[in-house]
Amino acid sequence: MDATILLLLLQDGVVNGAIYALIALSLVLVFTVTRVILIPQGEFVAYGALTLASLEAGTLPGTVPLLLGLGGLAFLADCAEARHSLDGRTLLRLGLRDLVLPALVAAAAWILAPMKPGLLIEILVTLAIVTPMGGFLYAVAFRPLAHASVLVLLIASVGVHLALTGLGLVFFGAEGSRTPPLSEASFPAGPLLVSGQSLWMIGLTLAIIVALWLFFSRTLLGKALIATAVNRLGARLMGIAPSLAGRLSVSVAAFIGALSGVLIAPLTTVYYDTGFLIGLKGFVAAIIAGLASYPAAAAAAILVGIIESIASFEASAFKEVIVFMAIIPVLLWRSLRSAPIEDEE
Amino acid sequence: MTQPMLEAETLSVAYGRVEAVRGVSLTVAPGRLVTVLGANGAGKTTLLNALMGVLPARGRILFEGRDLTRLPIEARVAQGLSLIPERRELFATMSVEDNLKLGAFRFRHTARGKDGGGDLGEMYRLFPRLAERRRQQAGTLSGGERQMLAMARALMGRPRLLMLDEPSLGLAPLIVAEVMRMVARLRDEGVAILLVEQNARAALQIADHGYVLDGGSVVLQGDSRTLQGDARVVETYLGSLSVDEALPGRTASGR
Ligand SMILES: Nc1ncnc2c1ncn2[C@@H]1O[C@H](COP(=O)(O)OP(=O)(O)O)[C@@H](O)[C@H]1O
Ligand SMILES: [Mg+2]
Repeated sequence: MDATILLLLLQDGVVNGAIYALIALSLVLVFTVTRVILIPQGEFVAYGALTLASLEAGTLPGTVPLLLGLGGLAFLADCAEARHSLDGRTLLRLGLRDLVLPALVAAAAWILAPMKPGLLIEILVTLAIVTPMGGFLYAVAFRPLAHASVLVLLIASVGVHLALTGLGLVFFGAEGSRTPPLSEASFPAGPLLVSGQSLWMIGLTLAIIVALWLFFSRTLLGKALIATAVNRLGARLMGIAPSLAGRLSVSVAAFIGALSGVLIAPLTTVYYDTGFLIGLKGFVAAIIAGLASYPAAAAAAILVGIIESIASFEASAFKEVIVFMAIIPVLLWRSLRSAPIEDEE
Repeated sequence: MTQPMLEAETLSVAYGRVEAVRGVSLTVAPGRLVTVLGANGAGKTTLLNALMGVLPARGRILFEGRDLTRLPIEARVAQGLSLIPERRELFATMSVEDNLKLGAFRFRHTARGKDGGGDLGEMYRLFPRLAERRRQQAGTLSGGERQMLAMARALMGRPRLLMLDEPSLGLAPLIVAEVMRMVARLRDEGVAILLVEQNARAALQIADHGYVLDGGSVVLQGDSRTLQGDARVVETYLGSLSVDEALPGRTASGR
């Protein structure tokens, strides 16, 4: 392997690593706020990619009926949750959020899809379809278990992942899809040719990281999420409901997932079950960061991307194995270094 | 008679099979300072946690006539209840100022929620130490400062009934006196107060009414003058004056 190839592999690794970084950040966010290890994060990625591909083809994406269905289920779950203080105003608020909002998004998708309104509008519609699913899933699957242990929450998470993968097959079929790149341009940089697509990926990843940082450091709602992660009881005593924080964090994760899907859709053919493997690599990075530190998770994700790209060049048959084995020394090092953690609550 | 602000009817709380609070009834009238006294393990913390919704309870809790018994903590906060818990539950890795701003979270949809309105400046006037340390992480504060921050954070939420769980715990006598003065002043400003204390002397000095808890039940109640003069209270909780003066902040119950 000469220097040029190494540079190429590094470039590739950083671009893929950017996606893993987005996923790892979402996993850290959701875990610290809700103690849920969000296995279905990969499905948001696949849904994002497949939804955009449907819109690109001028058809109504399968995620639209799914969104309506999930909204309906979330409405029932929300009513059950609020049963002790269910008045007309609450009912109206829940109905707007769980039924009317998805209906509006569905109507927009239904009108816009056949018009093929161009990539930008299609991306916005994609994000509008996938993002609310995060909150709905939280209300349906995770909120009822808010007092359960991390293990029970993980099992529920695996269940949601399996369900969403199955629904992906039902609504999108077994065929894969690919979308045109966000930019056809490419720029020479020394021996490398940097594509506009990879610049978009790195640029948007950085933009999301900056936006997340601003959200957490400048807005009361962002601080409320951190407060919930730092001290759940303390946050509740300030009137910050864990369900509000949980819903918000999983919605942010769904948004980031969908955006990741939009970004990878031009690079690789995405199938209904592609998300899992991508999500797993983000998960490896999040674990390396102890599911706690955002900067460490982002850095680890870039590392995972680079390991993957070098492994696929040197030993392509074993590339996944090598990536997932990277977690072992880290876990060993962690378990030697840190005292056992008490299972809180 | 004015309608009581807070009314607990035959409240019982159990940890598994062990009942830590047994059939406690108590009322707090608007603008009054009521104290709950009792030795370690008497059930004081359990009682406050039940009133705030941190623990589920049997019985009934009414706040201004509304039944709160089955509402979650957040809904009680929205009604104007606030608890400063025994362990303070600060946001240790966040700055003092962020802790305070989050205290006003329930006003986030109103103008006051924006940076806590004028309340942030008011808190810094009230607690100058916090102003000095506004950028410091809450976890690095001293015990007294932490207690100040817990109080200021609760006040940012403009509670109408403030419950304090042993605010004097672990504080130097001078600071205890200051905390008690502040609690009394809050009452004078119209905030109803439910003050749980082991430091019976300090609490009775500022309280209007008191309950004595033992083994999870109310064994004695009355206005604070009467309690200060009650032989049982003097013997069990106030101790002999000489010991108490030598070691203020301690009770005779063994702590
Ligand atoms: N989490 C718990 N699990 C089991 N028993 C508890 C728990 N917390 C308190 N208790 C018991 O309940 C009783 C009352 O405790 P507590 O309310 O903390 O008393 P106080 O605040 O008056 O010191 C004590 O006997 C204590 O051992
Ligand atoms: Mg206690």
